[in-house]
Amino acid sequence: MTLDLPTAWAFLLALAVFLYVALDGFDLGVGILFPFARGARERDQMVAAIAPVWDGNETWLVLGGGGLLAAFPLAYSVIMPAFYLPVGVMLTALIFRGVAFEFRHHGRGRGKKFWTAAFFGGSLTAALAQGAILGGFIQGVEVADGAFAGGQFDWASPFTLLVMASLAIGYALLGATWLVFKLEGPLLARARLWSRRLAVAAAGAMACVSVATLAVDPIVTARWGVSLNRVDWGQFLRVAPLPLAAAACAVAIVVRAPTARGPLPYALAVGLFAAGYGGLAVSLWPYIVPFALTPHQAAAADNALALLLAGAVVLLPLILSYTAYSYWLFRAKVNPDGADH
Amino acid sequence: MDWDAVLLSRIQFAFTIGFHIIFPAFTIGLASFLAVLEGAWLRTRREAFKTLYLFWVKIFALSFGMGVVSGVVMSYQFGTNWSVFSAHVGSVIGPLMGYEVLTAFFLEASFLGVMLFGWRRVGPGLHFAATTIVAVGTLISAFWILAANSWMQTPQGFAVGPDGRLIATDYMQVIFNPSFPTRFAHMVLAAYLTTAMVVAAACAYQLLKGKKTPENRIALRMAVAMMALVTPLQVIVGHESGAVALEHQPAKIAAMEGWWKTQASQPTILFAAPDRKAEKNHFELAVPGAGSLIFGVGPEEELPGLDQFRPEDRPPVFIVFWAFRVMVGLGLIMLGLGLWGGALWAMGRLDAARLYHRALVAAGPSGFIAVLAGWIAAETGRQPYVVYGVMRTADAVSPIAAGQVATSLLVFMVVYAVVFSAGALYILRLIARGPEPEEQAPPPPTEMPGTPLSAGVGPAAERP
Repeated sequence: MTLDLPTAWAFLLALAVFLYVALDGFDLGVGILFPFARGARERDQMVAAIAPVWDGNETWLVLGGGGLLAAFPLAYSVIMPAFYLPVGVMLTALIFRGVAFEFRHHGRGRGKKFWTAAFFGGSLTAALAQGAILGGFIQGVEVADGAFAGGQFDWASPFTLLVMASLAIGYALLGATWLVFKLEGPLLARARLWSRRLAVAAAGAMACVSVATLAVDPIVTARWGVSLNRVDWGQFLRVAPLPLAAAACAVAIVVRAPTARGPLPYALAVGLFAAGYGGLAVSLWPYIVPFALTPHQAAAADNALALLLAGAVVLLPLILSYTAYSYWLFRAKVNPDGADH
Repeated sequence: MDWDAVLLSRIQFAFTIGFHIIFPAFTIGLASFLAVLEGAWLRTRREAFKTLYLFWVKIFALSFGMGVVSGVVMSYQFGTNWSVFSAHVGSVIGPLMGYEVLTAFFLEASFLGVMLFGWRRVGPGLHFAATTIVAVGTLISAFWILAANSWMQTPQGFAVGPDGRLIATDYMQVIFNPSFPTRFAHMVLAAYLTTAMVVAAACAYQLLKGKKTPENRIALRMAVAMMALVTPLQVIVGHESGAVALEHQPAKIAAMEGWWKTQASQPTILFAAPDRKAEKNHFELAVPGAGSLIFGVGPEEELPGLDQFRPEDRPPVFIVFWAFRVMVGLGLIMLGLGLWGGALWAMGRLDAARLYHRALVAAGPSGFIAVLAGWIAAETGRQPYVVYGVMRTADAVSPIAAGQVATSLLVFMVVYAVVFSAGALYILRLIARGPEPEEQAPPPPTEMPGTPLSAGVGPAAERP
């Protein structure tokens, strides 16, 4: 059997995007929860829970962009112009969020207030912009002659609004459960409460998005076996484990969060995202640009894919192991003084 | 001039990458400086090295953060604004950028966390390893991005596929294209010099304030030594880079030199106002024959002028001509400052030479300006091509509306102005304070008033 390079790269990129969502998702989520902190001390404690690792987490986004350019140049050159505005908004939001880590500590008076607000605003806006890209992506992108052929606001729709809100809620859930894992003191108790509420909200939002996605394209309807007038039970039962797994994760967070102090709620939140991600894959496969381009149509030349794959096979395990080392090094809980022990 | 999506996208790319390059140029040098400082501290156990490390690592954290966030913008802009370029050359230079992420970005990001927040958590040897890994990571990153950019200057090792897209035929030829070795060396040396100028200015400022501490004296000597040794080397490497360009990109050299006519015994023009329409220079002040002499060709051999190229194939001469002169002029100033400092050092008067210190403070930003000018000369000199001789910039742009690009350009300008001013303010504040004898490792972050400047989070237990 010969290795199908475009398919292999589609899986690798899907993995990179998922790692980005699971990892930077909790960073952005902590930023989204910033206004709920009571005072400077609690905000510092929250930032301390992510400061040593956020940069590595955001690098998965760079791999997503760079990898898409390298492995699927055609998909890259269609998706980026299609989402020109939300991509630009996301990038500027990430600028504010990223520099705020350092600038918050150097600013005085109003400067400090500004960068604290920028950390929250940047995190929330980045989440919403990613939701807009995701929503527009699921709706499908208009392509003619291998180039983007739609309008600049094609992505904007009620469906996209729903996805934007859902992703922000989902990131907030990742953030809250991460705080349960990393914090001690009064904030831990509140992070548990946030986790429970957000788990319910995220599960609800995901259900809404799932139902709305069925209306996007007949391909999706056929995959899930569910349409307005008819349910194909045979088909639906085959994919039903995904929504069931999502529901189970949400319920488990609600049940376990009140007493949790370890990584379990965060792992369950990642499980919730994984189920949603799997659901998306069921809906959209085999398209890398929904309903227009498949990985094979969008792929770079075989020698480019082979060269990259050789590097990825060696380097990704290495990257994952030193990333794991860095998380292990900063594994300690952060107490209310901002110091961990 | 037409304010279309091409021109606006070009301005946006120039603006965002110009902003971005300032930070890598500084952090490549600073990371190596920090590795040397920490190594020297581990070896000699002199407190001054530790103090210097803990001081400059705070400035590094600020600059690196700004470099990261402005860099993420770049990895998306190839697609948002230059999608036709991406679709056509993605198979050739995409893997180079992919390798940059896989071999450099993750390495830097992960070990930066250890470097900033691990001071009291890991042993000194491991911490030094983290600093070294970050420094090596910055160099690896420069390797890949310079390879990709140099390929756009001197493309080779590719074929045009049936669909018009380029396919690499030999990646070794793509990476090690003719202009890559000299341009890579030129950029790394420029980064080292940029850092040396900033460090020298910071030390000179403290000495002028009367703080003749061991820290300021040691770091000044390190910076002056770097200047004195690296500027002559940079002159040679820069010249070699020019010689490669003369062979492969003669239009760029003709524009840099302001040569309109193809002739033997080309001049070196010191001052002129090149006029693209009239195809000549106004107010020219030139040394006859010096140009050919510098490129080492005999008095009979002709060197190409812009008349070799159709007007629509020529780069914008005025910008290239002057950007090149700014870069070379600043390089000569750095060379002079290096020699001056070396002489003062030899005479034992380096710490008391107030005039020299003032000159160093004034020359603090010279590295940044030289780097920007050099990149403007290199990239504008490549026009009207995005891939020299292969693909025109005008054919590379995304199918997007000009209004969209105008909006994003405006937003980027405002955002970068805010972020850059704040970052520059915080860095200058730190430099004005200078290293203090009891310089702390980045402590826990705090918004409480009256605490020392901090770069982030740190654990509780002090490392002895």
